[in-house]
This record gives sequence, C-alpha cells and structure tokens, in this order.
Amino acid sequence: MQITINGDSREIHPGWTVADLLGHLDLRGRPCAVEVNRNVIPHRRHTDHVLSHQDEVEVVTLVGGG
Amino acid sequence: MSTITPLQEIPPLPVGRFTLRSRLVVGTGKYENAATMRSALEASGADAVTVAVRRERLVNEEGRSLLEDLDLDRLTVLPNTAGCFSAEDAVRVARLGRELLEQLGNPGSSWVKLEVLGDRKTLLPDPVGTLEACRELVEDGFDVLCYSSDDPIMAARLRDAGAASVMPAGSPIGSGRGIANPAAIGIILELLKDPASGGIPDYPVIVDAGVGTPSDVAVAMELGADGVLLNTGIAHASDPIAMAQAMRLACDAGWLGYRAGRIPKRMYATASSPWDGVISTIPGE
Repeated sequence: MQITINGDSREIHPGWTVADLLGHLDLRGRPCAVEVNRNVIPHRRHTDHVLSHQDEVEVVTLVGGG
Repeated sequence: MSTITPLQEIPPLPVGRFTLRSRLVVGTGKYENAATMRSALEASGADAVTVAVRRERLVNEEGRSLLEDLDLDRLTVLPNTAGCFSAEDAVRVARLGRELLEQLGNPGSSWVKLEVLGDRKTLLPDPVGTLEACRELVEDGFDVLCYSSDDPIMAARLRDAGAASVMPAGSPIGSGRGIANPAAIGIILELLKDPASGGIPDYPVIVDAGVGTPSDVAVAMELGADGVLLNTGIAHASDPIAMAQAMRLACDAGWLGYRAGRIPKRMYATASSPWDGVISTIPGE
C-alpha cells in the first residue's frame, strides 16, 4: 500500500495505524504532530487511526523560528 | 540623608488569555548553536518565545530537538505560521502547532503568531490571506497575534476580525532597517489604542520584524507600542547574549520614556541655564 509522507512516496503495510507508522519511523515518543489529508490526527487517536492507500501524511515538529 | 527612589516596575502585558511578564518577545531561529540560544533567551528576559513548525527529517537522524533546549517550565512557546503563503496553509500549520504544544502541556497551545506571506523575497504579509486566516483561527478558539504591514487600516481590520494583538512590521523581516515608518506605526497606535479614535487603551500592539538595534526597540516603545518581537537582531549580532540584554534594557527604557512624556521638539535652542545674571556680552543684545 502506497502513501505519501512529508512529500515522499512510501510503501507501508495495509492496516497500519498512525502509531505504527511513527514506530516504523523511530518517532514514537518524540514530540511530533501528524496530519493526514490535511486534517490533524490528535495524539490520542494515533493508535486507532488506520491509514489508507494514497493518504497524504505530514509529520512535523517544532524548530527554531522568529 | 537622601534616599534613592527604587526603579519603577514595568507592568506585565496581557495578550488574550496570556500575560507576558516581559514586553520583549524573542525568536529561537538562526542561532549559531543551542548554547548561545539558551543564554541569549535568558539574557533577553523574555518569557514568551516564537518557534516554527516544520517537517520531521525522516531520512537523516537529526541531532537535538529544539525542545530540549527550551526551558518549557518557564517559557510560553508561541508557534508561528512562518513560510505560509495562503490562509489555508497558515490555518493547517497553526493547528499542527497547537497539537504539538498540547502534547507538551505548554500553555502556548492556545495562541499563534499568524503570518501569511506575499512572496519569498520581501516576506511582506499578504493582507487578504492574513485577514481570512485570522478570522478562521479566531473562530477555532486561538488567540491570534497577527503579523501585519504598517498599514493602519489593515491593522484596524485585523483588530475587528478578533486578533488578540496586531503586530505591525517595523520593516521587512530580518532586514534590520528598524522602524521604517514611525508615522504609520503612530497612526496604528492611535487608531487601536486611543478612545478618541475608537480604540481601547489596553489593546496590545506589538511591533514585530525588522528591529535591528536597541535604539530601534526604544523607538517602537517610545511611540507607545506595548511590546516588541524580534529574532535576527539578537541571533545574528556578533555577541547575541550582550545584544539580548541590550534589547531588554531598551524595551524597558522605551516603555518608561513613553509614559514619562517627551518634551516637544522645537526649531531653536532653549537654554538650560538662566540668562539672568550672566556676566558676558551676548551677541546682538
């Protein structure tokens, strides 16, 4: 199953949740926010939000800025 | 025996649901290293700091997270929407910033520094997109601190749209050109804060962007601004820690100077020493 993460196309297992994806990316436990198809998926829903084919996922964090 | 009057305390600044102890708000970008940033933030006295929302780098393992270098027990984080060129993207970024700060338990989750930019070269705000995003974020429950140009009518429109603070640019972001149009900032302050012009004295106006030196900060505050937000002026100074302290002192000096009431400007001199009793010959008399 193919999705887009931060602009890059990737293959993932069907049935993966947002939490599974973050675990695969070594991001679990790190402060990050996730958007799927332009909607924020709150942290409490990461374990039950199942990703779909061609989902567009953004994973963001905070960096220095003005 | 004489006594010295203690220095006057600068009162905190209420902005929406927040109360800033320091009227100087500083950014966390462009520092050479994390240690310098930490020391400069401390020297600035700021209790609110701006941050940006960016994609996680998924390929190369990055080093430290910014969050490890911010004292989150003391600082309120103000996420910005820098880099957004449409109202839609700015609203998305604001919501992502809120989600991040909610996870961290930082009070900054309920405010945002809104920037909707017109183009990459000038980084000037897109007024139409800014107004649209401001309305949507206010509706969504954010306290919106709204980056704007120094156009007084635009500032009033953003205030009317529910912005918790309007933040006119002194000059373009990172330009260090200071307060390019003091008259325009003066009109904004009158329009938004003077009851005679339909303003509210407590409505917070924070000058944001282009501030390069302590004297620029003082000029903004002497015009009657409630605060100043800056980043590059400190981060890219040769000695950011010394500059942070200088900016802090200038902010206090300007606040006091405005309230102390300046003397009117005059074309000609007025002597400070009395004319009575001079022993000299005065030319022309």
